[in-house]
Amino acid sequence: MQYLSKILILTLVYFGLSQITIQAAEMKEPLHPEWSFQGPLGKFERASLQRGYQVYTEVCSGCHSMELLSYRNLMEDGGPEFSEAQVKAMAAAFEVKGAPDEYGDVVMRPAILSDKFVSPYENEQQGRAANGGAYPPDLSVMVKARHGGADYVYSLLLGYEDAPEGMVLDDGVYYNIYAKGQKIAMPQLLSADAVEYSDGTEATPEQMARDVTMFLTWTAEPKLEARKRIGFKVITYLLILSFLLYFTNKQIWKESH
Amino acid sequence: MSDNYVPKSAVGKWFNERLPLLDLIYGHLMPYPTPKNLNYFWTFGGILTFCLVTQIITGLVLAMHYVADADLAFASVEHIMRDVNYGWLLRYIHANGASLFFMAVYIHMARSMFYGSYKEPRELIWIIGVFIFLLMIATAFMGYVLPWGQMSFWGATVITNLFSAIPIVGESVTNWLWGGYAVGSPLLTRFFTLHYLMPFLIFALVILHVWALHVPGNNNPEGIDVVKGSQDTVPFHPHYVVKDLFALVVFLIIFAGFVFFVPNLLGHTDNYIQANPLQTPEHIVPEWYFLPFYAILRAVPDKLGGVILMVSAIAILAFLPWLDTSKVRSAKYRPLYKQFVWLFFANTIFLGYLGAQVADGLFLIMGRIATVYYFAHFIVILPLLGYIEKTKPLPKSLSEPVLTKEEKEMLASGATT
Repeated sequence: MQYLSKILILTLVYFGLSQITIQAAEMKEPLHPEWSFQGPLGKFERASLQRGYQVYTEVCSGCHSMELLSYRNLMEDGGPEFSEAQVKAMAAAFEVKGAPDEYGDVVMRPAILSDKFVSPYENEQQGRAANGGAYPPDLSVMVKARHGGADYVYSLLLGYEDAPEGMVLDDGVYYNIYAKGQKIAMPQLLSADAVEYSDGTEATPEQMARDVTMFLTWTAEPKLEARKRIGFKVITYLLILSFLLYFTNKQIWKESH
Repeated sequence: MSDNYVPKSAVGKWFNERLPLLDLIYGHLMPYPTPKNLNYFWTFGGILTFCLVTQIITGLVLAMHYVADADLAFASVEHIMRDVNYGWLLRYIHANGASLFFMAVYIHMARSMFYGSYKEPRELIWIIGVFIFLLMIATAFMGYVLPWGQMSFWGATVITNLFSAIPIVGESVTNWLWGGYAVGSPLLTRFFTLHYLMPFLIFALVILHVWALHVPGNNNPEGIDVVKGSQDTVPFHPHYVVKDLFALVVFLIIFAGFVFFVPNLLGHTDNYIQANPLQTPEHIVPEWYFLPFYAILRAVPDKLGGVILMVSAIAILAFLPWLDTSKVRSAKYRPLYKQFVWLFFANTIFLGYLGAQVADGLFLIMGRIATVYYFAHFIVILPLLGYIEKTKPLPKSLSEPVLTKEEKEMLASGATT
C-alpha cells in the first residue's frame, strides 16, 4: 500500500511537470527584469513612476483608458508623488463634461483633482471603430489581470519582431513573441525616443517599457508600499508573540504527563 | 456544565442568578475536561472559529462599501481597494481568509477521518460538521461571484446552469434562480443577500457543533474513551487555551504572509477583468478548494450524472459513521485503514489537481479512475475493512502509550513489589 501512495505522488509530480512544458509551448516565458517593488520590503521608484505616467499619457492613453484612477491619486503617498501644483496643472490639460448650466447645457471644463482620468473614447463602440474592431482594454488593473503580471506586460511591450517567413498576418494584427499565439492587435509603439523625458533620461524602448510597467503596477496596486510595510510589522509582531506563547505553553504543560 | 463558577462582582452575581450565561460559557471554556494527549491537529477547531469570526467582521465592513449591481460591483470593489481606509487590507483578509478557512477545514476533517472522531458517540458532531461544510461551500461560491469579474460571472453561469440538468423542471428552476433568462443583476443581488445570511447560519451550527462535542468530550489520538476528571484529562484552561492560541498565532503568520505579500496568489488573474457576458474565458476554473469536486463533476459525460455524483461526493460524508464498520477509532491501531486513509487523502488531492486541468484525453481517464476510487473508499473499502482488518491492541488508558517499554516494566515491577 505504501508503494501505491508513493506511485500516486510520483504521478502527480510527473503531470505537474508535464503541464509546465505544455504552457511553455503555448506562451513564451516572459523576461524577468529586476523590479524594485519585489520582495518583502519592495518600493516603487518614484522617478520611474513619474516617467511611466509620461509614457502612459503620451503613448498609451491615445487608445487605452484608465477609468479607476483619479488625478488626485498622482499626488498620494506610495505613488508617483507629484506635487499638488503639478497634478493640478496636469489635470487642467484635460477637458471633462461639467455640470449642466442654468439653461441645461453641458459645458466642458478643465479637469480637477477629483476627476477620473479622461478616457480616449466615449464608449466601447467608438474604441472598436477606431481600432479596426479590437477594443483597447482599460489599463487600471491590467498588471493584476494578466498571468505573469509586470513581467508579462514588460515583455509584451518589447516582444515585437518580424513575423517568421510564411506566416500571414491580417490587417491590424502584429507579430509579438510574448503574445498568445504570437499575435496581437496592438502595434509596436515604444520605438526609441517615442517620448522625450523631462528629467533627461534616455528614452530607450527598454527604459520606457520599464517605466510604464512600473506605473501600471502602481495603478493596479496603489497600496503596495503600505501593504508591505504593514505586513513586515505584523509578521514581526506575530513572530515575537508566537515565541512567547510557545514557552508559556511549554511551562503550562510541564507538570502534566 | 456549571462547574462551580463563582462571580466575583456583585453585578456578576446578580446577573448570573437571573441568567446563568457566564456559568455556561465558563463551563465550556475553563474547567472543561480535555484529554491530555491532543496533538496540534486538534487546534484547528479554534482556528476555524477564528476564521469564521474574521470573515464575518471583515465582511460586515466590506458590505458597507460594496454595491451589488452588475454595472457597479466591479468598480465598487476597486473603490474599496483604493479609496476606503484600509479597504485593501479588509478585502485581502476576506478573500485570503476564505482560502485559509478551507485549508483549515480540510485539515480538521482529515484529522477526524484519521483518528475516527466521527464514530460512536460522536456521529452527530460529525454530521453537523458536514452541514457546516456544505454551507461553507455555498457561502464561498456566492462570495466569489460578488466582485463580478470574469471568473465570478462564468463560475456563476456554469454552476447555476447545473440546475438545468434536473429533469422536466430544470429550465424553470434555473430561470427562477437567475431571476431572469441569464446571469445578471437579479442573481447578483440575491447571492449577496444569501452570502450575508449564511455565515450566521454557520455560526449557529458551530454552537451546536461545540455543544454536541462537549457532551462526550474530545476524541484523542489514541481513539479510546477517557474518564472525565481522571489523570487522562486536563482542564481546558489554561492547557488548551494557550496551546490553541500558540497554534492560532502560527496560523496567523501564514495568513499574514498571504495577505501582505502574495495577496493574489490564490486568486485567478481573470477575476481582475470585469464580467463580460459576451466573452467566455478560455478555461473556467473554480477556486482551488472546489477543484476535487469539480473534477468529479466533469468525470461523467452526462450533465445530470455529473451533478448527482458531485452532490453525492459531499453527501456521502454524512453517512461515514455507519459506512466505517470498525469499532476501533484511531488509525494508529488500524494498520490497513492507516494505509487506505492516506491513499484517500492522496487521491482527493490528485482529484484537485485534475480539476484544474482541461478535461480531455488522459486527464479525463485519470479523473474517472480517481472518482471511482473516491466513492469506493466509502462504499467498498471502509465497510469491508471493519471485517477483515486485524487491529492492534488498544491501550487501557492514555498514560499507557506515552510510557516507554522500560518505564512500563518499572511500573509493572513496582506494582508487584
